[in-house]
Amino acid sequence: MTVIAYGVAGWLLLIGVYGIVRSHDAIHAVVCLSVAQSGSYVLLVAVGYQRGAVPPVFGTSVPPTTPVVDPIVQALTLTDVVVSATVTALLLALAVQIARRHGETDPDQLSALKG
Amino acid sequence: MSRRSRLAVFLVGAAGVAALYLLAVLHAPAFGTTTHPMRDAAVRAALAHATANVVSTVNYDARALDTLGEETLLLASVVGAAALLRPTARERETRGAHEPVHVLEPVQLAGYLMLPITLLIGADVVLHGQLTPGGGFQGGVVLGTGIHLVYLTGRYRALENVRPLRVFVAGEAVGTAVFAATGLAALAGAGFLANVLPTGTFGTMLSGGTVPLLNAAVGVEVASGVIVLLAGFLDQLHRTEAAA
Amino acid sequence: MTADVLVVVALALVAVAGTAVVLTHDPARQAVTLSLSGLALTVLFVVLQAPDVALAQVAVGSAVVPLMVVLAVRTTRTLAARHREQKRT
Repeated sequence: MTVIAYGVAGWLLLIGVYGIVRSHDAIHAVVCLSVAQSGSYVLLVAVGYQRGAVPPVFGTSVPPTTPVVDPIVQALTLTDVVVSATVTALLLALAVQIARRHGETDPDQLSALKG
Repeated sequence: MSRRSRLAVFLVGAAGVAALYLLAVLHAPAFGTTTHPMRDAAVRAALAHATANVVSTVNYDARALDTLGEETLLLASVVGAAALLRPTARERETRGAHEPVHVLEPVQLAGYLMLPITLLIGADVVLHGQLTPGGGFQGGVVLGTGIHLVYLTGRYRALENVRPLRVFVAGEAVGTAVFAATGLAALAGAGFLANVLPTGTFGTMLSGGTVPLLNAAVGVEVASGVIVLLAGFLDQLHRTEAAA
Repeated sequence: MTADVLVVVALALVAVAGTAVVLTHDPARQAVTLSLSGLALTVLFVVLQAPDVALAQVAVGSAVVPLMVVLAVRTTRTLAARHREQKRT
C-alpha cells in the first residue's frame, strides 16, 4: 500500500517530465509541468494520512480528542496548489509573448530562429 | 540536441530517479501510520488559540510568515504576467469595438443566476476559514472566477463594467498590505505576526484572534489577483482578434 | 478495508488522468483533460481526509488553469496565423 500511494506520486512526476521532453508546443509543455507538480501534492497529502482519522477540523460533532490527519502537510499542499497555478499563469504569459515575437510555439523550431 | 538524444538522456535520468525513489519509499513510514508528532503539536497550538480549523492555524497563526511569503509570490507572479501581457504601442492604437457574441438564452440565464450565488459562497468560504474547511485562498479563487460568470452573457463590455481593473489592482496591494500591517502591529507586543487579538469562544465566527482578519486580507488579495490575471489574458485575446 | 480500496481506486484514477493529460497532443483538448485530472485529484484529496486542499484544487485546477490554457491557446493560434500571413506578403 505504501508503494502504491507514493508510487503514483512518482509516476505523475516522471510522466509530466516525459511530456515536457517530448512536447511539440510550448503550451503543451506548460500543462505537462502542471501534471508533474500534482505529483508533489499527492505525495504530501499521502504522507499525512492516518487510517481511521478524520479531517483536521474540530467542532461540536468532532471533540478535540479525536485522531485527525496531519494538518501541516495539508497547509503545505494548499500553498503548493495556489502557487503552482500562478506560476503556470506566468509561463502561459511567456508562451503568448514568444508567439507574439516569433509567431511560433514549437520549442524545436524556436532554437532555429535568430533575433 | 536532437529529439532522440533528448529522449535517451531523459530515460537514463528517469531510471535513476525511479530507482532512488523506490529505495526511499521502501524505507519511508508506512502509509496510514498513527505516529504523526507534528500533527500533535499543531493540534495543541490550534486549541490553545481557539481555532477550530487546524489548517488555518498552521497557515495564519503558527506559520503566518510562510503565508506572507506566498502572498508576495502571488503578487509578483500576477505583476509579471500582467507586464508580459500588456498592450504594445501598435495594439493600443487599434482599439476595436467588441461585438457581442450570440450565447444561448439558457446559458445566459444560468450565468445571471449563478453569479450572486457564487459570490455569496465565495464570501462564506473566506469568512468561515477558521471554523470550516476553507479560508482566504480557496474563497478568494472562488470569488475571482465567480465574477467572470458575467462573461457568459456574451458581452465583454458587461464584464469590463463589472470589474473596473484599477479597483482590483489596488485590492491586491491592499490585501498584502493589511497582512503585513497586522504582522507589524503585533511586533509591538509579542513578535511579528503573533496572534495578539483576543481569541473568542471556540466555534464562533470571531474566534482565533488574528486568524479571521488575515483570512479576509488573503481572500481580498487572491480574488483581486485572479481577476487581474484573467483580465490580462482576456484583454490580450480580444486585442489580438481585433487587430487580426 | 473498504477505505483502503477507495484510496487505491482514487489513486488509480489520478494516475490514469495524469497520463491522459500528457498523451493529449492538442493543447486546446488538454484543457479539458486537465480539468478532469483536477477533478480526480479533488476526489483523491477528499478520500484522504483533506477537504481544505480539495477545495483549493477544485477551484484552481478545474476552473482557473484550464481557462487560462484555452485563452493562451487561442491567442497563440491567432498570433501564429497572423505571423504566417505577414511572412507571405
